[in-house]
Amino acid sequence: MSTTKVQAKPVAVERRRRFDRRWAGLALLLAAAIYAPFQLVPFHVFQLTMVLVYAVALLGLNLLVGHAGQISLGHGAFFAVGAYAAAVLMDRWALPYPLTLPLAAAVAFVLGLALGVPAMRLRGLYLALVTLAIAIFLVPLLKRFEELTGGSMGLTLAKPQPPAWSGLAEDQWLYFLTLAIAVASFLLAASLLRSRVGRALHAVRDNETAAEVMGVRLSFYKTLAFAWSAMFAGAAGCVYTWVIGFVSPDSFTVNLSITLLAGLVVGGLGSLSGPVLGGLFVMFVPSISQDVNDAAPGVIFGLLIIAVMYVAPTGLAGLAGRLIKKIPRKE
Amino acid sequence: MRVPAIGCAALLLLAVAACGGRDAATGGGTGGTAAAGGQCAGQQTTGITDKTIKLGGIYPLSGPASAYGDIPKGIKAYFDYVNAEKGGIGGRKVEFVVRDDGYQPPKAVEEARRLVEQEQVFALFQTLGTPSTAATWDYTNQRKVPQVFVATGASIWGTDTAHPWTIGWQPNYISEARVYAAYLKKEKPEAKVAVLYQNDDFGKDLLGGFKRALEGTKVQVVAEQSYEVSDPSIDPQMRNLAESKADVLLNVTTPKFGSQALAADAKNTKWNPLHIVNNVAASITVLKPVGFENVQGVVSATYYKDPNDPTWANDPEMQLYKQKMQQYAPGADANVPYHTFGWAAASSFHKAMEAAACPTREGLRDSVRNLKGVKVDMLLPGVTLDTAQGDGFPIESMQLMRFKGQRWELFGDVIDTRKEFGPLGG
Repeated sequence: MSTTKVQAKPVAVERRRRFDRRWAGLALLLAAAIYAPFQLVPFHVFQLTMVLVYAVALLGLNLLVGHAGQISLGHGAFFAVGAYAAAVLMDRWALPYPLTLPLAAAVAFVLGLALGVPAMRLRGLYLALVTLAIAIFLVPLLKRFEELTGGSMGLTLAKPQPPAWSGLAEDQWLYFLTLAIAVASFLLAASLLRSRVGRALHAVRDNETAAEVMGVRLSFYKTLAFAWSAMFAGAAGCVYTWVIGFVSPDSFTVNLSITLLAGLVVGGLGSLSGPVLGGLFVMFVPSISQDVNDAAPGVIFGLLIIAVMYVAPTGLAGLAGRLIKKIPRKE
Repeated sequence: MRVPAIGCAALLLLAVAACGGRDAATGGGTGGTAAAGGQCAGQQTTGITDKTIKLGGIYPLSGPASAYGDIPKGIKAYFDYVNAEKGGIGGRKVEFVVRDDGYQPPKAVEEARRLVEQEQVFALFQTLGTPSTAATWDYTNQRKVPQVFVATGASIWGTDTAHPWTIGWQPNYISEARVYAAYLKKEKPEAKVAVLYQNDDFGKDLLGGFKRALEGTKVQVVAEQSYEVSDPSIDPQMRNLAESKADVLLNVTTPKFGSQALAADAKNTKWNPLHIVNNVAASITVLKPVGFENVQGVVSATYYKDPNDPTWANDPEMQLYKQKMQQYAPGADANVPYHTFGWAAASSFHKAMEAAACPTREGLRDSVRNLKGVKVDMLLPGVTLDTAQGDGFPIESMQLMRFKGQRWELFGDVIDTRKEFGPLGG
């Protein structure tokens, strides 16, 4: 008995220390995020806002791909559904913008659930194809219902204006709205993953048969993962509409879904910081690669993805972790 | 190990944060300005000095519409030529910054903000495509930044009154439709017309304009078929149209479907309507795969000089263009009409900027809306730039052309749709 106690103590201390460091890191990150918009020009604030929007969408995709081990090439479609839900609600029914967020998320959730039921009976490549089909077929669908969606001209909307008491500029207000939603989404995802659902999802990812033997209902959890992931995408889409103030079918082509997936894989699958790093990647790398070579920005972007995959198979999150481990620690 | 990763992200954010500081006093800074005096006092001079003028353009250099990426090459060649040999526009050297949006509206918004806030451009000279322009024009008008000569033919840029800072350049689709209507009214007053059109703003703009222009005439639209950009083929639509026994086919398509429709028409020997193909799909590259022998007698309309047309072989402007393209854009094929388009648009900007009463953003905004019979040498003789308060369409004249042998041949007079149909209302 006494020996186990002696061993247990350092483990507990180590865990506590790690826990403290994690909170310190998060607090630092949040402080930086709150400080940033007061230091940056509006254009950079806008860029950071878009990073957060993509991060929320990637958070959902991470749940499905990174934690439940499923694949989706149609995540952009749910993003689009959220964006359009918010746009149509604001445009046709003149709903105040804060109300559009829960509604857009709910619409995406229900749609994710509905599409998840048939899609989740499929595996691997077949699932990839079905989700890809969703992304492809959404664009012409959005163009069809012109009275509602504005057809291919899209819908132009007024951006949320900062309340007078805040004293913020429009870009700063949008940034803080997005930041609040991003933080809430991350907390929600983190608590979801720590719960029974999270354990079930990991079991499904690691070994489906074993998970089923342990009493995890595969189709239920897979469908749920699909729906949760769609909900995050829908919320991100809604915030996107607030920030950009314009939606059109061409904003949500298959390219978006593929870029999101690439961003997540590069950022780091199955880690909580992966979506943020992925968001930074999706936002900044295309424009950086254009600065490198004006003629073929796509080529540089593709080469960078390949390079990252070679250097860091676990994504940027894994690479950062490995690099920091290499730094000798003072103990 | 997630802690270090999060720490890294924090560092990254901090690094990004350190990159810039908000200029609270001016809310976006006014780098590179020249003080404007007299009647121009108090107007915006961001991006323009006595020696320089900075312009930004947004084009799809990548993605499905990257063929249009040739346009800025023609523009750059023109500005490089003017900078090196003419001392710039009114003594100001032009700096032209091109950004890629991949034909994606959110990217266009980001790039517009980059150009306006970070690059501090004087004006956006061209955004390409209806979606990208629609996504950015609220922003440019809010910031009071001129967004001139946008490369899209939607009629909304001219009919809208809430966006005075945005203006188109090329003939809008309704004007083009009016040209075809005017031609049919004169040549085939009892024509029965079958229409194939793309089911989006472009197709509907053109078809709607065509129908309105036909009101009160005996020319009738007897059949219409639409297709989606995602359709693999338009053969079923063409079969349905053939059944109408119409004697004119109006082909309102983008290049890929334009080829398909021309090929389907050539294959069907039982139905031989007069085939009118819209300007968007009238380039030689569209006709070539169909076979020149199959497209003889096809009619279209245009407004600028075709570098492949031998009519212009001795035209001084065309010769200048070809020579300067070789000099300032080596490697780019001067015979690609997109380059010519860019050249023509850039020289239109040159004229408009020179005519501006004030070297300010307000000056440019007012100048592009006060063009009176401005001649641009790369446009067809007789096609001029004309705008006024309430008329936001610089080019509204086109000339018809018929395909003969291996090239388009112009025929008839330039049709000024303003004269024929009156001004275009909202």
